[in-house]
Amino acid sequence: MSESLRNDGRVWIPRNKGDKREPSQIPEAERLYYLEEKYPSFGNLVPRDVASRNAKAQCDAGRGVGKTGLAVYLDLRDSIARDGEDEIRERYGNLCEMYERITGEDPYKNPMRIYPAPHYTMGGLWVDYDLMSTIPGLFVLGEANFSDHGANRLGASALMQGLADGYFIIPYTIGNFLCNSSSDAVGTTHAAFADAQQGAQGKYDKILAIKGKRTVTDIHRELGLLMWNMCGMSRDDAGLRESLKRVSEIREDFWHDVTVPGTPGELNQNLEHAGRVADYLEFAELLLFDALHRKESCGGHFRLESQTEEGEALRDDENYRYVAAWEFKGVGNDPVLHKELLDFETIKLAQRSYK
Amino acid sequence: MNLTLKVWRQKSNKAKGWFQVYQAKDVSEDMSFLEMLDVINEGLALEDSDPIAYDSDCREGICGTCCIMINGRAHGSKHGTTVCQLHMREFRDGDVLIIEPFRSSAFPVVKDLVLDRSAFDEIIQSGGYVSIDTGGAPEANTLQIPKEDSDMAMDAAACIGCGACVASCKNASAMLFVSAKLAHLSLLPQGQAEWRKRVLSMVRAMDKAGFGYCTNEGECELECPKEIKISNIARMNRQFLLALIKEQ
Repeated sequence: MSESLRNDGRVWIPRNKGDKREPSQIPEAERLYYLEEKYPSFGNLVPRDVASRNAKAQCDAGRGVGKTGLAVYLDLRDSIARDGEDEIRERYGNLCEMYERITGEDPYKNPMRIYPAPHYTMGGLWVDYDLMSTIPGLFVLGEANFSDHGANRLGASALMQGLADGYFIIPYTIGNFLCNSSSDAVGTTHAAFADAQQGAQGKYDKILAIKGKRTVTDIHRELGLLMWNMCGMSRDDAGLRESLKRVSEIREDFWHDVTVPGTPGELNQNLEHAGRVADYLEFAELLLFDALHRKESCGGHFRLESQTEEGEALRDDENYRYVAAWEFKGVGNDPVLHKELLDFETIKLAQRSYK
Repeated sequence: MNLTLKVWRQKSNKAKGWFQVYQAKDVSEDMSFLEMLDVINEGLALEDSDPIAYDSDCREGICGTCCIMINGRAHGSKHGTTVCQLHMREFRDGDVLIIEPFRSSAFPVVKDLVLDRSAFDEIIQSGGYVSIDTGGAPEANTLQIPKEDSDMAMDAAACIGCGACVASCKNASAMLFVSAKLAHLSLLPQGQAEWRKRVLSMVRAMDKAGFGYCTNEGECELECPKEIKISNIARMNRQFLLALIKEQ
C-alpha cells in the first residue's frame, strides 16, 4: 500500500508475542506502536527505509500478524475517530478500495495488514545534465535514469520525475541535440540495423531452442527471492558474495534449462518474459556488485556491518560520498566504477536521527 | 475451489478462434483472477503447450492494460473493478467461466485475449492534450477553481482507457472514453482555450477509427471499472454541436 497512508495511519503489532486475537479484540494497552515508541519525534512518519526495516524486523522476530505472519497493522481507527470516515475516505478512498479488493476486508473497520515489498529500484541509467545517456542521442527520462534518487526513493517520485524531466528539461535539451547533429536519414537498410536485427533474432532463436525443464517464471522467482533476501533491506559481505555465485549459477540454469513454448512468428509473451529475465540476471549481478562495493549503510541500503549502537544506518561519508556509476563491460566481466562525487556546500552532513 | 474455464484461443488476427476448456484446480480465494490464469499458464508451459496470451501491467487497477470478458461482462461482474483487481473470492466452486477478449472491430485481436487498442492512442494523438504554453505557475489564488469542478475533472481523469465501454456497447461506441478525455481537460482553465478544436478532432478521429455512436443505453457507465459517468457524453455532444456551428 502507498506510503502516504502513514500520514493518518498508526502502525502496530500485538504487544504480546503470539497474541492471535482479532485486532479489534486487542485492548489499547496491549498494542505495541513500535514506531511511536522507538522514534517519539517522528513516530509513524519516519522515512520509508526506517519504516520498512522495522516492519521486517518485527516479522523476522516472529511478531508479525495475519495468516502468514508477514504483516504489521496499519490502523486508520484513530484518524477516523478524529476526522470522521468521510474525511479519511476523501484522502485515501482509492487506496482503501484497492486494499478492500485485494483482501476482502474493510480498512475503515479493520486495520490493514502491510509488509514492505520491492517496488522500484533506486538509481537507473547514468545520464548527463541534459538527460542523455552514454549513447549519443539516447535520452533517458523519468525514473529510468539515476538522477533524482539518493539511497531512498522519494515519495510519489514516479510522477514528479516524469513531469520534471518531461516538462522542464527534455524540451530544451533534445532540441539542442537535434540542432547540432547532422545525421542523414537512417533507414532499415543501414548496416547497424541489420546487425541489431540479427543479434535479436539470434538471441530469441537461442532461447527457443533450449527446451529445458524450468519455466521462465520459476527462474524469475528464484532470482527475485534471492535478491529480496540477500540484497534487499539489509545485506552483508558474506551474503552478497554467496549471492554473486548463486546468480551466475541461476544464469547457467536459465541458458541451459529454461523452457519457452510457442511457435516463432507469433506473439509469444513467454519469450518476452524470458528476454526480460535474461536482462534481470545481468542487472541482479550489477546490484550485488554495487552493494558489495558500498561497505557503508546509506538509507535503504543497510549494510549489517555498518550500524550505530542503536541499530540505525551508519554512513561512511569519508569513503563513500559519491554516486557509483558502473560501466558495463559485457556479461561475465566486472563492471568498471566511475565515481560522481557528492559535494554539499551549505548542508553539513550529520547522522540521521528520528528519535 | 475448482473451476471450468472456457478460454478463447486465436493464434493471430487472421486465424479462426475457438474455445478451449481448461480445469482450474485448487484455486485459492485470495488469488486474483490473473494470478489464477498465471497458474494455468505455468502448467501449460511445463507441458510445452502454448500458454494463454493476455495483457496486464500494473495489476493495481490503474493502467488499463488488462481487458478480459468474463461470462459476457467486461472485467467480470464486480462493479467498479478491473480484471486484475478481481479476486477469486467472487466466484464459487464449480463455476464455469467463459473468458473472451473485448470484442470490437476497432480493437483487432492480436492473439487469444490480447488486443491492439492503438485506435484509442490515435484518438488521444488527435488532440487529447493541452498544446499551449501556459507559462509559469501563477499565484494560486488568482486562478480559483470550484471544488465541484475539480472533482468532476478528476473523476473524468480516472479513465484508464481500458476499452470496457467499447466492449460493453452494442454499437461498440467509444464515446464514454472520448468524453472523459475531453472532460478532464475542458473542465479546467488550462484545457479551455482549445476546447473547440479538441472536441472536433477527437470526435472525428473516433469516427475514423470505426467506433459506433451512442444511443444512450448506459451499458458503458455500468461496466466502467472507474465509474466514469455517462453525463460526460452529454457534455461532449453539446460541445461538439457548439464547435461545429462555430466552424461552419
